[in-house]
Amino acid sequence: MTTRVSGRGGAAPKVAPYAFVAPAVVLFLLVFALPIAYTVYLSLFRTEVKGLGLGKGGRSEVFVGLDNYWRALTDSELGAGALRVFGYGAILVPTMLGLALVFALLLDEDRVRARGFSRIAIFLPYAIPGVIASLLWGFLYLPGTSPFNQLLRELSLPEVDVLSPTGIYFALANIAVWGGVGYNMVVLYTALRAIPRDLYEAARIDGCTPLQVALRIKIPLLAPALVLTSLFSVIATLQVFAEPTTLAPLTNSLSLTWTPLMKVYQDAFGRGDLYSAAATSVLIALVMFVISFGLLRLTRSRAFGGER
Amino acid sequence: MRLDIAKKAAAVGLGLALLAGCGGGGEQAADGPVELSFWAWAPEIDKVVDKWNADHPDVKVVVSKQAQGDDLVTKLMTSAKGGNPPDLAQVEFQALPTLVSNDVLADVSEWAGSAKDKFAPGIWDQVTLGGAGVYAVPQDSGPMMFYYRTDLFQQYGLTVPTTWDEYAQTARDLRAKAPDKFLGTFSANDPGWFAGLVQQAGGSWWSVDGDAWKVSVDDAATKKVAGYWSGLIAEGAIDKAPMYTPEWNKALNDGTQIGWLSAVWAPGVLKGNAEGTAGKWAMAPMPQWDPAKPRTGNWGGSTTAVTAASKKQKAATEFAIWLNTDPAAVEALVTVSGIYPAATSAQEAQAKPPAFFPNQPDFYTQAAKIAGTSSGFTWGPNVNVTYTAYKNAMGEAISAGADLVPALTKMQAATVDDMKANGFTVGG
Repeated sequence: MTTRVSGRGGAAPKVAPYAFVAPAVVLFLLVFALPIAYTVYLSLFRTEVKGLGLGKGGRSEVFVGLDNYWRALTDSELGAGALRVFGYGAILVPTMLGLALVFALLLDEDRVRARGFSRIAIFLPYAIPGVIASLLWGFLYLPGTSPFNQLLRELSLPEVDVLSPTGIYFALANIAVWGGVGYNMVVLYTALRAIPRDLYEAARIDGCTPLQVALRIKIPLLAPALVLTSLFSVIATLQVFAEPTTLAPLTNSLSLTWTPLMKVYQDAFGRGDLYSAAATSVLIALVMFVISFGLLRLTRSRAFGGER
Repeated sequence: MRLDIAKKAAAVGLGLALLAGCGGGGEQAADGPVELSFWAWAPEIDKVVDKWNADHPDVKVVVSKQAQGDDLVTKLMTSAKGGNPPDLAQVEFQALPTLVSNDVLADVSEWAGSAKDKFAPGIWDQVTLGGAGVYAVPQDSGPMMFYYRTDLFQQYGLTVPTTWDEYAQTARDLRAKAPDKFLGTFSANDPGWFAGLVQQAGGSWWSVDGDAWKVSVDDAATKKVAGYWSGLIAEGAIDKAPMYTPEWNKALNDGTQIGWLSAVWAPGVLKGNAEGTAGKWAMAPMPQWDPAKPRTGNWGGSTTAVTAASKKQKAATEFAIWLNTDPAAVEALVTVSGIYPAATSAQEAQAKPPAFFPNQPDFYTQAAKIAGTSSGFTWGPNVNVTYTAYKNAMGEAISAGADLVPALTKMQAATVDDMKANGFTVGG
């Protein structure tokens, strides 16, 4: 990985390479760089109203510098939302990846039957959009419509309210686990299939049990795939929006600003304040950037150590 | 191509305006008809608009169902910023100040001022925002009423509560007789419902004092209402789950909820959510704080507004007035779209009860009487902020089992902070 392409030395600059890159660069600028630049620009302004604000020309756009950022950073609701997302992620990521790993290892065992069917069955929920999944689970969670609670009532056992302020973390994580296990399992399973089979044979000849093969050979060799899936999961966690937004009208436990992204949405479209929403978006993007790269740096030496 | 049509349409609109001004009318413009775009969500309103299109070949109105209520407000503001809003839009009363303050709506007093006497003064004040301008033509109103299941009331030996004290007692009696049933629920998801209850109690959240806004979301009347419901929730006399959830629909259907404090449009909702209970419901006036002075509040109600960016404001205003005051149009609105008209003459003309209430032949006579007791209310320029704060603060208080009154302080703070941050002048 450390080989470098040496310069061609003295070759005249040609037009062709630039022409080949141009479409990609133009698209990148148009649909990626430009919107980001506009968001940053917007985040430096806000509207100002004069007096009652009724009638023509009641509003004007004024430059406020970093004021919107300062306001977002000191906003207690945004901080609380971030904490809630961390709590949700702490439940979600280990559960989802743990289950995905277990399923992938099980499916990789030659003795397992109906492998194709199981793989599809576990993967299928991933194909269901988050909003639909949330509505579906919402029906199952609401005490009045839940078949589980009906069953508990029949058996005269105490009913569970998963939509309570604490239960809601598990309720939301459950939806994401249900939808996400299959996808992560497929990634891990594909990585597992790429491991040379003779390694297992050698291990078996040395007297390894299947469990030992899994723990000592498969999981260490899966490390790069595990890093990848956890990175994706952490990013998806920080972006959680559809599930709590869909469940919010069903319960008192979810506010409309439960996660930072929901707050951005409320600011932009509930309050009509695009400017502070832009500032908060930039901050969220920065935090995600730092967390993603931090995670990669932390794990790279271990996971990709062999490739150096 | 579109721009072309718009320009032509604008020219024709101007021409028509001149013609109408001269009293010359009747002539068809050679350039084709004016086209007006209209964003609305009332059920089957396009059928009502078809009537206009049949009689007015020169001004064609095209209905587009973009979104409902608050979502439509968001879309309107965004499209106005983008420079391509529709000519006309259905707007709820409480959203008018927000839209006017964002310069989305046109002042159509020049053409609509004469429609004033078709509406009750309390309704008209809401479209003028207490000033000289006219920002919309009222379409429907939502005076609040109490709905209850006659069969279950009889079964449990309950009488219809006429005061809030009686309502509380009825709720307790029902719980004692049927522990799995509720007389109603306190919904942290429906700020419009709570605002209606506050109006009835005489609360006032915004007012204009000279050049400054006065905000009092936590005034004495609002505290009284919140305290009352806090008590009922604390003793478990009523339910505390939000309305408009699958669970609530089921509860209306299977008789778990045997009453609903709602508005005149409730029959339509009940028909959609609890079809099997047709003929079992009845409507009564709201429970009262002071039976000697019966009052009610409004939950919902909307208007037809003309946008500031429209190049055909005069034609659009004429349509808005026709839609909401012409006897044939209003009758179609009532029978086809199932709304309760804001025009006073139309309110009295309703002979038949809603199809879902065949057992209450005088439904609309009673409704008109109740509508006459509506309290006025001034909406502020950031109702959406107050409403979001209501959902968050009330939801939090209820799930924590806490008192609802402190939640009002949060609503007040959120409202005032937002107004100040935007530069509104807010007086003490």
